[in-house]
Amino acid sequence: MTKKQEMTQKQTNKTLQNPILKWIDDRLPIIGLLQREYIDYPTPRNVNYFWSFGAIATIMLLVMIVTGLVLAMQYTAHVDLAFSSVQRIMRDVNYGWLLRTIHMNGASMFFLAVYIHLYRGMYYGSYKKPRELLWILGVVIFLLMMATAFTGYVLPWGQMSYWAATVITNLFSAIPIIGEQVVAFLWGGFSVDNPTLNRFFVLHFLLPFVILAVVFLHIAALHVTGSNNPDGIDVKSARDTLPFHPYITSKDSLAILVFAIGYAMVVFYAPNFLNHPDNAIPANPLSTPEHIVPEWYFLPFYAILRAIPNKLLGVLGLFGGVAILFFLPFLDRSKIRSCRYRPLYRWLLWLFVIDTMFLGWLGSKPAEEPYILWARLGTVYYFGFFLVLTPLISLIERPAKLPASISEPVLKTSDHPRDS
Amino acid sequence: MKKNTRVIKNALIIASCIVLLLTILPIKSNAASETSPLEKQSWPFKGILGHFDKTSLRRGYEVYTQVCAACHGMRFLHYRDLRELGYSKAQVVALAALNEVEDGPNDEGEYYSRLALPSDIFISPFPNDAAARVANNNVLPPDLSLMVAEKAAQGGADFIYALMIGYKEAPEGSELKEGLYYNTAFKGQEIAMPPPLFEDIIDFSDGTEASIQQMGFDVAQFLAWAADPSLEQRKRIGLRVIIFLGIFLIIAIMYKRRVWTRAHS
Repeated sequence: MTKKQEMTQKQTNKTLQNPILKWIDDRLPIIGLLQREYIDYPTPRNVNYFWSFGAIATIMLLVMIVTGLVLAMQYTAHVDLAFSSVQRIMRDVNYGWLLRTIHMNGASMFFLAVYIHLYRGMYYGSYKKPRELLWILGVVIFLLMMATAFTGYVLPWGQMSYWAATVITNLFSAIPIIGEQVVAFLWGGFSVDNPTLNRFFVLHFLLPFVILAVVFLHIAALHVTGSNNPDGIDVKSARDTLPFHPYITSKDSLAILVFAIGYAMVVFYAPNFLNHPDNAIPANPLSTPEHIVPEWYFLPFYAILRAIPNKLLGVLGLFGGVAILFFLPFLDRSKIRSCRYRPLYRWLLWLFVIDTMFLGWLGSKPAEEPYILWARLGTVYYFGFFLVLTPLISLIERPAKLPASISEPVLKTSDHPRDS
Repeated sequence: MKKNTRVIKNALIIASCIVLLLTILPIKSNAASETSPLEKQSWPFKGILGHFDKTSLRRGYEVYTQVCAACHGMRFLHYRDLRELGYSKAQVVALAALNEVEDGPNDEGEYYSRLALPSDIFISPFPNDAAARVANNNVLPPDLSLMVAEKAAQGGADFIYALMIGYKEAPEGSELKEGLYYNTAFKGQEIAMPPPLFEDIIDFSDGTEASIQQMGFDVAQFLAWAADPSLEQRKRIGLRVIIFLGIFLIIAIMYKRRVWTRAHS
């Protein structure tokens, strides 16, 4: 423990007025820890609302776990009963429809929050030294979320559930030599069937708690380095920061409420908007739907998969599209974190954002021309952005002048006479 | 001045989030429909405070039991659910008792027939899918519980209505396959279901004239209810939730501003 940390711990311990809290804290310093990490935690004073999406994502994880637990009490993981048990939840269980629509649309809202969180990290260079591990843990969470969302989508055992499970698990058959065995291992048999549904339910139940554990590590790593900020420069003095409470908590509550209102509008007024209508038909192995489409949050990667004509390379592209995020901290050679001061990279990144949305749109289209060609161009930019543009741009980019400190622009404003 | 720009900036950030949301949300596959655009009906269950028209639902149930139920089951509905259509408890018992159900084994180990109870699911017209196929030209009449949800991309209740009134003489020159009927709403204009509705095929118990349009509208609304029975409750609660969150948001905005004025001094 550094001297500074020791000092702050003593301080918080001294400030504990309540004798019970003090008694606990002397034996298990958890009260002081919470005090340090969630009340005093010095946060750069210039963080904007994009920094709230971490908190929003955490809340979404908790919402998913709580609603999911209750749903699991009513759900039956069996091919003959799964579909009707979901209908029972929707029709007969008290407020079952509410729990399920919150959970079902919660997955989309969770991904939405995480995607914004991810883009924010990219724009403001939150993955750069010293936050590489923090970023990597975040990508681990993202991967786990994808596995959780996929296994969860299979559970209602509708047509789209069944065929999505078939298509996605079959991807592993592209692995040379052991592919077939891997797929049979995933299925627990020779097709997507009862053993598959059963193990997917178990995994869908387990993975959120793994995510929770990694989120804990993610936050622990964050609190070692401290939060990044829109200027992407280090905290230099106490003037640069504000205590987490009440400043960031008040800001986050506002953001969470705005997000919650959007979420409520989806849940109550368009609960099936993001749902594929084919999932209202019970799974039927004998009838393949016309178009098999995954949920929207997988569509960019699905488009990459279909853009590559070779099956193995396509699968590598699909997984590589996610895995490449692990290497972003080492691919970006620029010392400047924030895109505010990177005049070229900023536009490349915005183009990347548009590219991922474009790929997402293409993923929802049938695999035919001109969509395939467009998806190929989108895929080239996707990987080109990471593998070529990101490493090389810093050679020619001339960054704008960084402010001397985080508080400098704020101080300037406080010199002016205030109108209130 | 500076404060104003901050407000504008925050507004811009929120606006960009909303734009992002709106860009992502419409990414949705729409099954390409090769049929003419549907005529939209003014359903009472659309809108923020939408509700079902119970008299129409009851007529729709009459259409279902007297016409559709000859071939189509609704295995996710129980007779007790008919209470939501405005029937009394006694009426539901009577409506259920119009059907017979196979039950058992009893104490002697025998299977027996009894009158259906409110706790029974809607009795299916066929004992199994194979029997249903054999009786219907080798085509399985689909279960109707979730038909409106299933056809959401084609227009949901609007599609059901269009299908009900969509039976026409096949245009000259087009050849229908055997056992198929011409319907303007159905994909490919060929449907295996024979025209189910004819003028005055049933007598509505409320005396409404049973035109094809009337029966189509009522049965479409009934199926919309069957697919989404929590709609009314959902919309009612939703409005309250959003108002609650809105008030909470105003408080949060006031609190945030108050806290942050300290940060700028």
